Amino acid sequence: MTSGHTDGQGLKGHVKKKGLIVVVLLVGLGLTLLRFTGGIGAVTNLSDRNPWGFWTAFDLLCGIAVSAGGFAVASAYYIFGFKQFHVYVRAALTTAFLGYFFEVIALVYEVGQPWRLVYPFFLSQGTTSALFLVGLCVALYLAILSGELLPALFERFGRRKARARAVRLAAPLAVIGAVVAVIHQSSLGSLYLIAPSKMHPLWYSGLMPLFFLLSSLFAGLSMVVVEGGLAHKYLRDCTDDRHVRDADRAVSACGKGASLFMFAYFIIKCIETAAGNNLQYLSSGFGAWFLLELGGGVALPAVMYFIGVRRERPGLIQGAAIITVLGVVLNRFNVSLVAFNYNLPSAERYFPSWMEVALSVFLVALLILAYRGICSGVPILRTHEDYEEELR
Amino acid sequence: MNRRKFLSLTSAGIVAAASPVNCRPASAAAEGHPDAVGVLHDSTLCIGCRSCEAACQSVNAEILPRPESYKIPEKPFYDRSVLATKRRTDFQRYTVVNRYDVEGRRPVHRKFQCNHCIEPACASACFVKALYKTAEGPVLYRPELCVGCRYCMIACPFYVPAYDYHNARNPLIYKCTMCAPRLASGELPGCVSRCPEKALIFGKRSELLKIARERITESPEKYVKHIYGEHEAGGTCWLYLSPVPHTLLDQPEVGSDSPSRTTSGILESAGMTAGILSVLLGAVCFLGRRRRNDAAESGGARASDGEAHKKVYEGDKEDGQ
Repeated sequence: MTSGHTDGQGLKGHVKKKGLIVVVLLVGLGLTLLRFTGGIGAVTNLSDRNPWGFWTAFDLLCGIAVSAGGFAVASAYYIFGFKQFHVYVRAALTTAFLGYFFEVIALVYEVGQPWRLVYPFFLSQGTTSALFLVGLCVALYLAILSGELLPALFERFGRRKARARAVRLAAPLAVIGAVVAVIHQSSLGSLYLIAPSKMHPLWYSGLMPLFFLLSSLFAGLSMVVVEGGLAHKYLRDCTDDRHVRDADRAVSACGKGASLFMFAYFIIKCIETAAGNNLQYLSSGFGAWFLLELGGGVALPAVMYFIGVRRERPGLIQGAAIITVLGVVLNRFNVSLVAFNYNLPSAERYFPSWMEVALSVFLVALLILAYRGICSGVPILRTHEDYEEELR
Repeated sequence: MNRRKFLSLTSAGIVAAASPVNCRPASAAAEGHPDAVGVLHDSTLCIGCRSCEAACQSVNAEILPRPESYKIPEKPFYDRSVLATKRRTDFQRYTVVNRYDVEGRRPVHRKFQCNHCIEPACASACFVKALYKTAEGPVLYRPELCVGCRYCMIACPFYVPAYDYHNARNPLIYKCTMCAPRLASGELPGCVSRCPEKALIFGKRSELLKIARERITESPEKYVKHIYGEHEAGGTCWLYLSPVPHTLLDQPEVGSDSPSRTTSGILESAGMTAGILSVLLGAVCFLGRRRRNDAAESGGARASDGEAHKKVYEGDKEDGQ
């Protein structure tokens, strides 16, 4: 950007971006007001037959799946000792923390009486419910993630002793975090186990918990790659040279891990479909959609990852990461909105209202703003100058 | 516990973690409480007069929202033209009767309300135990606990629980209670008490099953050989006799297992997974750390514990580049 012309364009783009964010925030605030004065029905298309819609699919299922990068990267680094993940550990943990935090905020919109959200913990425990386990894990994991991010926070405020203590907790926290996150991801998959008669057999499976866990692993790792690319492009002032330099190694490691999990997922899914005697459905419209999800959303990016890692093509890995994230988003929508209630007449099926989508966009915008705010203040994408000597 | 038993237990735990379906209890069919009560609806006797709907409305008047708040003006209960449209229960009515025109015979009427499952999926899904099964039969609801997650609506195979979506302050789940308060004082459920054709019979579930079987054997030409609710979703307290296949009456095929069994053991298997996984990951973490520290020490630097620790966790680039 040397000429004045491009500078002017950049400024224009900047103003446009700002304007867009302001519009998203204003619409979001307006709809929030509507939601809490007119009830859930005022902003959603939910009905007695379709009690969970876009918010469940996007905010809950997709949001938590892509947040899995936090525990995937932290486990790879702290538990399994893969050092190439180091540059992405804090970034992934921050994403996970924000993902879970905004999931709780989304729940405030989603449930009818959010002020009672503490009831399952303190008042009356429905221990037979998959949702109880989900809630328990969200609360636990949010606490663990805060602990895992303490070192960064203490660095920001110059608390050397406190930081040293927090750093010592990193490995144990990574172990507990991995355990809770594994259970949480699979428990999301078990949410729909209770409705076998309402789910399309291509998606309903006793292995749904395993599928959700595996797919969250590659979704999370891919999200780390996507987000790393975005951060180095748009948050350049929050990063340092080391992070940009080491990112390629971390990206390649994420790609390796993701493709491994994707091949495993693909194979298990194929065997499960055949073993469940569900091949007959593949010729239907649902079957075509299922094949698109599995072929385009899993097999294709898995191969792209494989080639990208083998031939050291970061561009290909980035592309694979984007497709993988979209593929997992498609999967979560398919499970919760397409496969669920598949046998209802089309007039009784659910389609989201624009307001549901707008509120989700509002929350994503808040999340991005929060991420940017944290990264500019706290050493997430860079090394704090006081602790550079530790890296040598 | 010998070694083999331990191994089989741990592997069971891992499988269970992947698939809670696998850890269902041994008994397949739900027996339920022997004295549980229910209602038998014989649709060959039902004339679609909607008296049961009217009775339900007046009996539950205190709980149901006042008629002024109705969004769609409800036709009076003597108006039978509404039978033509396929209606369902919602937050302002706990029961509806729909008419089904089946070719080559006179229309069949089917009553719709909560079936009061023996092992209710809604109660199993509720994470605050707001919904619960009573030994007497009815599946009941404690509104003061409800968070409004609507997972019960996902879980119910019969699409029964309804939600008050346009209420911002106290939105709740609404469904038939089998008139439990009336049962407690020795009265019949509202709908049963007002049925002029005796199409609804109240009694012990076991007795109702006997009556239903007798009717099928006595006049096999009148009924299909199926009591809907005997095995559906593990068995329900409401039972249905029909002259035509039940699927024609929008009564879904839901299988004979209670859906609640798919996830009722989830917390146990999660606990087991947590135990095994934390030991495994902890061991990997600890052993790997020791190995790396040893390597660092024999590497010559004679690093103190603290420094070795830092090296491992703060990004040592020695062997990476």
